Amino acid sequence: MAAYVLKRLLLLIPLLFGITLLAFFLLNALPGDPVLSLVGERASPEVIENIRKEIGVDKGFIGQYIGYLKLLSHGDFGRSYHTNRDVLKDIVMKFPNTMRLAFAAMLIAVPLGIVLGFISAYKRGRFIDRLINVVSITGLSIPIFWSAIIIMLFLSLKLKLFPPSGTGDIRFLALPAFVLSIPAMATLTRVTRTTILDILKMPYISTARAKGLPSIKISIVHVLKNAIIPIVTIIGLDFGSYLNGAVVTETIFGWDGIGRFTMDGIIKRDYPVIMGCIIFGTVVFVVVNLITDIVYHYLDPRIRLHGKNK
Amino acid sequence: MAKINKTPLKLLLPLLIIVFLFAASLLSPLLPIYDPNKIDLESLKRPPNMEHPFGTDNKGRDIFVRVIYGGKISIGVAIVAAFISAVIGFGAGIASGYFGGRLDTVLMSVVDFILSFPSLLLAIAISVILPPGIYTVMIAISAVGWTSFARLIRGHVLTIRDMSFVDAARAMGCSDLRILFLHIAPLCIPLSLVMMGIKLGGFILTEATLSFLGLGAQPPTATWGSMISANRAYILTAPWMVIFPGLAISITAFCFNMLGESLKERYEFKDN
Repeated sequence: MAAYVLKRLLLLIPLLFGITLLAFFLLNALPGDPVLSLVGERASPEVIENIRKEIGVDKGFIGQYIGYLKLLSHGDFGRSYHTNRDVLKDIVMKFPNTMRLAFAAMLIAVPLGIVLGFISAYKRGRFIDRLINVVSITGLSIPIFWSAIIIMLFLSLKLKLFPPSGTGDIRFLALPAFVLSIPAMATLTRVTRTTILDILKMPYISTARAKGLPSIKISIVHVLKNAIIPIVTIIGLDFGSYLNGAVVTETIFGWDGIGRFTMDGIIKRDYPVIMGCIIFGTVVFVVVNLITDIVYHYLDPRIRLHGKNK
Repeated sequence: MAKINKTPLKLLLPLLIIVFLFAASLLSPLLPIYDPNKIDLESLKRPPNMEHPFGTDNKGRDIFVRVIYGGKISIGVAIVAAFISAVIGFGAGIASGYFGGRLDTVLMSVVDFILSFPSLLLAIAISVILPPGIYTVMIAISAVGWTSFARLIRGHVLTIRDMSFVDAARAMGCSDLRILFLHIAPLCIPLSLVMMGIKLGGFILTEATLSFLGLGAQPPTATWGSMISANRAYILTAPWMVIFPGLAISITAFCFNMLGESLKERYEFKDN
């Protein structure tokens, strides 16, 4: 187990190289001085001089890249052009808000998605199955930046049930979390349905039926227990969709998280902010995938960690 | 057997709607409708009426016309991106599957590498480096999109590589390239087409999202995503400015997703 985790952690290294290289290209692609691009023109001359020394402007592309990596390893992601604040500090401050939003969305998406998928699979081919099918495809087809605006229009602006925007308690959290949960719920419904249909075809289900077990017991002990593994995997792997969705939902609902921070960065062309968010988002995504993989292998002892079972 | 009769309708209906929408948007310059960018200060923010079925925006431009024109970019970009993804993925997939070895390891590591990013963040990174515009959106979508084609085609090549007709061709003295292009590649083309159908729904949404974020086609060109982001401020006073472009995206994506769903069912694709 430890060896496997170590191996996966080692795989993080080329990934970090890749993303930082991309960020560094970005810095160099900008017109003007890359050091100024990183710290912003409002930084004090000493800071600029220090960073210039650290990056090593005279060392060529690779030398500069290594200097940039050193800077990042100190946690120096540069400063925002507009607020002149430390990017990493802002990210660390806003990250808990994004996690709150993502977890709230999961709290809605996971139970509903699993229940809908269950119903759909058990009523296969019936009206209710088709209805759930159409609803879930609709959920995957509506862009969340639009559903967010429409839901806000009706529930906050017209009916005034929820505050339209802001960061705070559950009243502020409810709408963005719901919007964010829609595509995730749809994905989960579909995966749960196919998983359960596959399980229902298994010989051990026939055996259990032949033994005369009550169907409720079969559903819980045989079906649910086997379905839980692929479902947990999908919940983890789909975490990227929460991160992607957060960019839009947080912006529209004025939720002070990393997503809105990214969007602000894009609008104002605040490159240190964009780079910082992308690097940070990637690391979070990879770590969540790693945890999912470990949980997955832990739940299912049939799968050997170092085997190629995927 | 009933399944065979039922499937074509489920396939055809969404396809027909998409073809209709796309044809309308391609032919839009020929249609007797307003100019999409014509500013009309006499009719600002008019609600839907007989003259302007979807209303007008804050510059007096007709929303209906802009939605039709926007389809050209929104659907067109997704289709081109799907095509680029399919071509790159196809090449990488057959090479990886047929030659195996180190080439396979390298290509599949690249695929794994790309898939380990949150896709939208990667697309944003690419769109920020390149100047905003429709080509950038195409590149940003394809940069992630080709990976699923490559994986699929590679898997398929692995199963046909060792079939006896390939051995026969080799025994007759065919070169690797000849086998690859004349014997194996043709068998993978239908699979790529199916995959394009499955992927398009998602690509439409990615295009819309990047346009919404301001990374796609620049004003005054109309795209569905950019109309929503530009008109968002008027949601309370003129909701039609946001509702109709969003409906256009949702309906198109729904048709593509339905199409993909029927294709999956028909060719027994697994969700992954």
